[in-house]
Amino acid sequence: MKRRTFLLGTAGAAGALMVGWSILPPRQRLMTAQTLPVREGQVALNGWVKIAADDSVTVVMSKSEMGQGIYTGLAMLLAEELDADWARVRIEQSPIDGIYNNLAAVVDGLPFHPDDDSAITRLVGWITKKTVREIGIMVTGGSSSIKDLWLPMREAGASARAMLIGAAAEQWKVPPGECRAETGRVLHASGKSASFGELAALAGRQPLPGGVSLKEPARFKLVGQSVRRIEARSKLDGTAQFGMDVLLPGMLYASVSMCPTLGGKVARFESAAAAKLPGVKKVLAIDAYNGGSGGVAVIADTPFHAMRALEKVSVEWDHGAAAGVSSAAVYRRLTQTLDKESGHAYYSHGDADAALKSAAKTLSAEYSAPYLAHAAMEPMNCTAQFKDGMATVWAGVQSPTLARNHAAKVLGIATEKVDVREQLLGGGFGRRWEVDVVSQAAAIAREAGGVPVQTFWSREQDMAHDYYRPACVSRFKAGLDAAGNLIAWHNSAAGQAIVLSSLKRNFGLPGAGPDKTTDEGAFDQPYEWPNARIGYEIVDLPVPVGFWRSVGHSHHAFFKESFIDEAAAAAGRDPVEFRAALLVRHPRQLRVLKRAAELSGWGMPLAPGDDGATRARGVALHQSFGSVVAQVAEVSVGADKSIRVHRVVCVVDCGMPVNPNLIRQQMESAIVFGLSAALYQEIEIKNGQVQQSNYHDFQVLRMDACPVIETDIIPSSEHPEGVGEPGTPPIAPAVANALYALTGQRLRALPLKLA
Amino acid sequence: MLMLKINGKEVKVDAEPDTPLLWVLRGELHMNGTKFGCGMALCGTCTVHLDGEPVRSCVTPISEIGARNITTIEGLQGSEAEALKTAWTELDVVQCGYCQSGQLMSASALLKKTPNPSDADIDAAMSGNICRCGTYPRIRAAIHQAAGKKGA
Ligand code: FES
Ligand code: FES
Repeated sequence: MKRRTFLLGTAGAAGALMVGWSILPPRQRLMTAQTLPVREGQVALNGWVKIAADDSVTVVMSKSEMGQGIYTGLAMLLAEELDADWARVRIEQSPIDGIYNNLAAVVDGLPFHPDDDSAITRLVGWITKKTVREIGIMVTGGSSSIKDLWLPMREAGASARAMLIGAAAEQWKVPPGECRAETGRVLHASGKSASFGELAALAGRQPLPGGVSLKEPARFKLVGQSVRRIEARSKLDGTAQFGMDVLLPGMLYASVSMCPTLGGKVARFESAAAAKLPGVKKVLAIDAYNGGSGGVAVIADTPFHAMRALEKVSVEWDHGAAAGVSSAAVYRRLTQTLDKESGHAYYSHGDADAALKSAAKTLSAEYSAPYLAHAAMEPMNCTAQFKDGMATVWAGVQSPTLARNHAAKVLGIATEKVDVREQLLGGGFGRRWEVDVVSQAAAIAREAGGVPVQTFWSREQDMAHDYYRPACVSRFKAGLDAAGNLIAWHNSAAGQAIVLSSLKRNFGLPGAGPDKTTDEGAFDQPYEWPNARIGYEIVDLPVPVGFWRSVGHSHHAFFKESFIDEAAAAAGRDPVEFRAALLVRHPRQLRVLKRAAELSGWGMPLAPGDDGATRARGVALHQSFGSVVAQVAEVSVGADKSIRVHRVVCVVDCGMPVNPNLIRQQMESAIVFGLSAALYQEIEIKNGQVQQSNYHDFQVLRMDACPVIETDIIPSSEHPEGVGEPGTPPIAPAVANALYALTGQRLRALPLKLA
Repeated sequence: MLMLKINGKEVKVDAEPDTPLLWVLRGELHMNGTKFGCGMALCGTCTVHLDGEPVRSCVTPISEIGARNITTIEGLQGSEAEALKTAWTELDVVQCGYCQSGQLMSASALLKKTPNPSDADIDAAMSGNICRCGTYPRIRAAIHQAAGKKGA
């Protein structure tokens, strides 16, 4: 009953925001407010596709390409329904417009259990979508792109196809029903045929079709194929343009140094020595933007001149509120919180406390995870120009809307006066959702007399001024009956809240109420615990936290899948069989688990590797972003206690696989990303200052430590789900569980270190 | 004023002699295919060849280069490079792509020296190149594939 009250409460709170909007007629996602710009001979058939006389089909990309292959995936969806010739498909970044707003990411953020299909959940989901369409933003994140655009891209393709067919029918004076499209041409039964390019101009004058029908999946030609990445070529010859590669006539470069204490700012600075150095144009102090830190910047003619002069600026810092914060104090604060609180219950079923009391056997444990940096390969940067009251921003960002809004805010101009030119992202992982560097670049450009300035960070600045994956402590209690069945599950965790802090710094909204990302991965899992209570207590701390690939799942999966393993061991049962017994009513999840066990040779003896070291397997199953992933890791331990991961079997059910090769690529990527964190990474804070500075003390998995990864995709005809993140959560627990099997040591803190 | 030989061309460079090659390429010559990742020889994104040897351009002052030939991703040619690019394409190696110039520079130097590298050779030659997107399994496979094709 408690749960119902909470759901209603959420709907009510959101309702207040919605009244003004829900009376507007629903707007479709086909047409932009302003028609898309076209070049000579090109026609925009809707807000998603342009066709040119030269037969090229340009698909408009509303999402950011940060390595996940979304340009390819989205172009495939549209080209499929258009019956385009894939060889003629091009891509182009979209402008900012409401039709490109991301609905799926926001709906996924609602704090509902995925099994909850009640009328209330559906209603809240529907209202949220409608609201986001009107007042939402463009954002790439939450593994939501394909999910979000699965229908809109296809509708846009089908609608454009209908217009091309309409044009051909008009020209040939035949009924449209007698024409069909195939590989970039419209064909008629009589043998007449015309290419899309030949029909483009006439198609542009056809009315927008009222309704279109989409293909049955059985008729898909592109979707489901391992189509190669559309932008790959440019990444092999140095021509791909990332934010940092933007070149503009007369541009200058700004190197920045921020207060080493998180949230601190400049008290005073001395720039005379720096100003004398070659190429230096200006030395200035910059404010703390978007919950970050203030600092000094040197504007110069080249990046190197700017960096070198920056070393000669002496600064006296005003360290601010975080000066006393250390990782050890954070850990103490979180455990003290858990001594008193069991947190807001995100999920509650049966009576966990009573079941614990009646259990034949109980066990308990405390887990923890540290702050983590994103450390994308391309350090943060943004190029901006402010001239005649207008601004242009060139950057690789996960949300162009947010970039535009914050540049406008810093410059004190209307958002319409800011033009954002999206660039390729040299990795995002959630870091490029934040626009601190955009605000900074706008402020710096304001001081540059109308010339474009690229503001760029060193690796050290990037490491010390991130929005970190929050540190978290999580406590568990479990109860087993006499037969070794899990009858009670009690979990409470404490840490900071990501969405709430992000809403505050990015939208100026008060951060209050439950925050799904704090407890996702703990409360929203498929296990059929007969009695469970899963809660999270939000603790406010002056460390900036943000979205880090798989967000709350990144640490909760480690906690939950490790403790399930502990429960299996306490029950004296096999870890796969123990999990399977908790998935009786979840055939989808069960299938993924069983398949991973089968492919990994679970239960079969494991031969030692070439190095002669004994190996063991560990398993983990986790559901995130709509997808279910199971992984089995094979590990060994070196004489120096070093952990070696040899092979990872990964099985994913992500709904209908749009591009199997890109899905496999994302699983590999997510596993390597998660392994880096599991084996090496920790951001440590002392006196409010991040202690790590570069890739030597914040290590990333390298070639020589990379396991063999085998990915299997479960065939499915369900709605496609996320793939960019779901591969990350299971890897840390799979490795930890394998280490337990091998050594008997249960590692309850990340990064994993054997005693 | 200094003369450098970049991708077969003599280039006049107007930068202080202690300027790292990376920043001359990017900041002065606007050859942006070579990337900045760490500035401390830790990540390999800035890898170029000096007379065929892979070096980290972020820690190589131009004064130390002398008459050696500099090859960057823009000028990377030859049978190894072509075989690698084909394998990279066929196996769909790249993700965000930011590290890939450096990966290809390291891989092509490896193949030139060791036409049929073992896994251990690949580990030794490629472990200085970080890929945050985790393209390592495909890079390994692509190097093997390119080596096979070249030898055939
Ligand atoms: S930028 Fe040179 S090795 Fe990282
Ligand atoms: S492809 Fe993104 S860092 Fe390697």
